[in-house]
Amino acid sequence: MTAIKYDTLSVGDALPDHVTGPISRANLALYAGASGDHNPIHIDSDFAKKSGMPDVFAHGMLSMAYLAQLITNWVPQTQMREYGVRFTSITPIHATVTCKGKVVEKYEIDGEKRVKIEITAEVDGGVNTLMGDAILALD
Amino acid sequence: MEQKDIKSVIGRETLPKTITVEQGQLQFFAKATGASDKLYWDVEAAKAAGHPAIPAPPTFLMCLDSLCPSKEASILAYLGVDIGKILHGEQRFSYAEPIYAGDEITFTSVVLDAYDKKGGALQFIVSEAQAVNQNGKTVGTMTNTLVIRN
Repeated sequence: MTAIKYDTLSVGDALPDHVTGPISRANLALYAGASGDHNPIHIDSDFAKKSGMPDVFAHGMLSMAYLAQLITNWVPQTQMREYGVRFTSITPIHATVTCKGKVVEKYEIDGEKRVKIEITAEVDGGVNTLMGDAILALD
Repeated sequence: MEQKDIKSVIGRETLPKTITVEQGQLQFFAKATGASDKLYWDVEAAKAAGHPAIPAPPTFLMCLDSLCPSKEASILAYLGVDIGKILHGEQRFSYAEPIYAGDEITFTSVVLDAYDKKGGALQFIVSEAQAVNQNGKTVGTMTNTLVIRN
């Protein structure tokens, strides 16, 4: 991995897309155990239907973990300062999640060079599921 | 059970709770999220990258909070909310120090806001949690918005 440098980046530069999926029921069962989020709405289709959903759907935090991989594939995690998202739509079972990011701001604060990146996750058909930003420190 | 007034949770603080970051749980999380970077599941790869142990990935702070047993009822249990009605609205992390396998993380949290929208059809609870490690250093802060579909 070539180190990403502040001086060679421009606003508008894109991160390489990160594509994961399709998300299976097994993926959701594993994520429930690994994350400690045992809400049955993600792993029990009977419960999901009883709650008015057509089927189980993916944990929003699973997609947030995929979006984090988009970032840590680009720069080491130790350079992350902030990371936040809004969950704008449910991620259906069997969805393929495409994570995208681009640089929207460059600035210096407290002697540290930083970039703000805008990030999105979308599922098949281009529906946005997560939208947010991350603040990264760069050399 | 009758739901309590949503506003009654504003300012509610949780008792401090502490959890050890287990290497096996980090490896399980790496598998469950399909992590391709070895340093998230291979101790030698983590050390080769300059880490003392396997690091917790960026969203794992929330998992530690979920995995940590609590001595008190959750806000949702207190409110009498059916778990099937919950959606995650927003999540934000700020990072101060890395978290590694073997660390002991203590959480405290407070409800910053709670409000209705669409005449109560949707309700929102905004909480902030602070996470401190065994050396007394703040490792990060999480802000979380839960949505209740009524």
